[in-house]
Amino acid sequence: MSEHTNIRLPEGSIEKQTTTVNLGPTHPATHGVFQNIMELDGERIIKTEPTVGYIHRAFEKIAERRPFYQITPLTDRLNYCSSPINNMGWHIACERFLDVKTPKRVDYLRIIIMELARISDHLICNSIVGVDTGAYTGFLYVMQYRELIYEIYEEVCGSRLTTNIGRIGGFERNFSNTAFVKLEKFLKEYPGVLQEFENLFTRNRIFIERTQGTGKISAERALNYGFTGPNLRAAGVDYDVRVHSPYSSYEDMDFAVPVGTTGDNYDRYQVRNAEMWESLKIIEQAYKKVQAFKGAEADVFHADAPAYYLPEKEDVYTKMEALIYHFKIVMGETDIPAGEIYSSVEGGNGELGFYLISDGGRTPYRLHFRRPCFVYYQAYPEIVQGAMLSDAIVTLSSLNLIAGEMDA
Amino acid sequence: MSLINENIQKELVEKFGESLTEWSDTYNMLSFTAPKDLNLKVLNFLYDQPLLGFQFLTDITAVHYPNRTSEELCVVYHLHNLRENTRLRFKVFTPSAQPDVYSATALFSSANWMERETYDFFGVNFVGHPNLKRILNVDEMDYFPLRKEFPLEDQTRIDKDDDMFGR
Repeated sequence: MSEHTNIRLPEGSIEKQTTTVNLGPTHPATHGVFQNIMELDGERIIKTEPTVGYIHRAFEKIAERRPFYQITPLTDRLNYCSSPINNMGWHIACERFLDVKTPKRVDYLRIIIMELARISDHLICNSIVGVDTGAYTGFLYVMQYRELIYEIYEEVCGSRLTTNIGRIGGFERNFSNTAFVKLEKFLKEYPGVLQEFENLFTRNRIFIERTQGTGKISAERALNYGFTGPNLRAAGVDYDVRVHSPYSSYEDMDFAVPVGTTGDNYDRYQVRNAEMWESLKIIEQAYKKVQAFKGAEADVFHADAPAYYLPEKEDVYTKMEALIYHFKIVMGETDIPAGEIYSSVEGGNGELGFYLISDGGRTPYRLHFRRPCFVYYQAYPEIVQGAMLSDAIVTLSSLNLIAGEMDA
Repeated sequence: MSLINENIQKELVEKFGESLTEWSDTYNMLSFTAPKDLNLKVLNFLYDQPLLGFQFLTDITAVHYPNRTSEELCVVYHLHNLRENTRLRFKVFTPSAQPDVYSATALFSSANWMERETYDFFGVNFVGHPNLKRILNVDEMDYFPLRKEFPLEDQTRIDKDDDMFGR
């Protein structure tokens, strides 16, 4: 820490006209473990230097010792506001790599889960922007529907925050009826809640004054800084991995990609809200398609890939083949091709990429996560330069920085 | 001329000739290796050439291959042409004894932290980087943890049979 030049006072420091402030690493307004060493002139930021890495957990190194199916729980902990997207992103990367084709029903179920995750991610981000501009009500109001989303996860996979949902090839079990009942409840009630949430903020004079024109970034700078996801779209670039390189049958869905114009905090808020409406549309379509399956197809929840998908426990005890596959998968005897792949999905914050190199061994030779947060957080000093300290706080939350995703 | 992988390869070979090697096209992504002195020239060419237009830097990372003598470290660039929606990967190899690679920060602002991360974990020295210091690990660290010589588990353990459970 001693190396930070802006902390060290010049000689005769009584002459110093500016103030150095440590915002973070733990501060209620940073919503995560971030440190910013800010040089302030009054309330205006002259420059800031972000420090990251406080919750670095060496996932890329750990992944080099883990079989493919044990890496999923690591991905949970990247963007923990939308862990199912990370899980699915990893499964999809593996499936592309191992050439496993998933059935349509699995794809649609995945879309439902991923879009629920996107809604919960955007919901947290937007309501936290509300909190940071002084409106706590919206945050508390929408929490109950995030709770409902978590109940759906719980019904599907048994856990809520770090989900470890799904397996390579599909899901670990079929969706229960309760899961669909809860999903229907969500689809029925959530539009009203989101509308109410928008009524609280979108035309709110104080909210507009606080967010419009602050935290601005142009489309050119955003692209140069490697922005993806809602933050890039708020700047006016309609890049969305779901549309550009569809995965999990997103090409069957009809949805719009909302874009902003100015790339300020208000546009980011608007883009996220619009995306929640689009996500709802996608979930409704996917749910209709899931319901349309009849007969044996209606119970499919994983691909027919016995070499990679763990068999049912009951079969392991009663069937020879299942026992062999179970043994081979668990003991790492399955042949995995050598090669490399870059596969990406549209995470809550942008393009979440998995760069996987396999040497044919049991574990990846190298696995690199392209974490959108990490890439775009470096633009923060440029965005807030010259801004007021209180606007920098709003910018921090409207960029939706998730410490877990940044530090990997 | 549409931007398909054959055309990209043709453009690149026309410009750089035989110096680009190890061409491959797997999982719909063109990949090649460039000499490490040419990395900026290749990046600039891919960026500026109107037919190519790879102006979005998706990712920079590195891989350690201890068995490739005098080119142990591999820096991997992932580029994206957002207009044509084409991706491309290229690699440069550098010896771990003197891991100097030109920095791409002048071309892409996003390269700043990506290169810092790569330096932090692999010790690749990006020449021309404005602020090359550790980013995720502590400043006092004196080794590069993602290199293969640092095993994840304590290798002096004798209670585990690595033939059965290890890599």
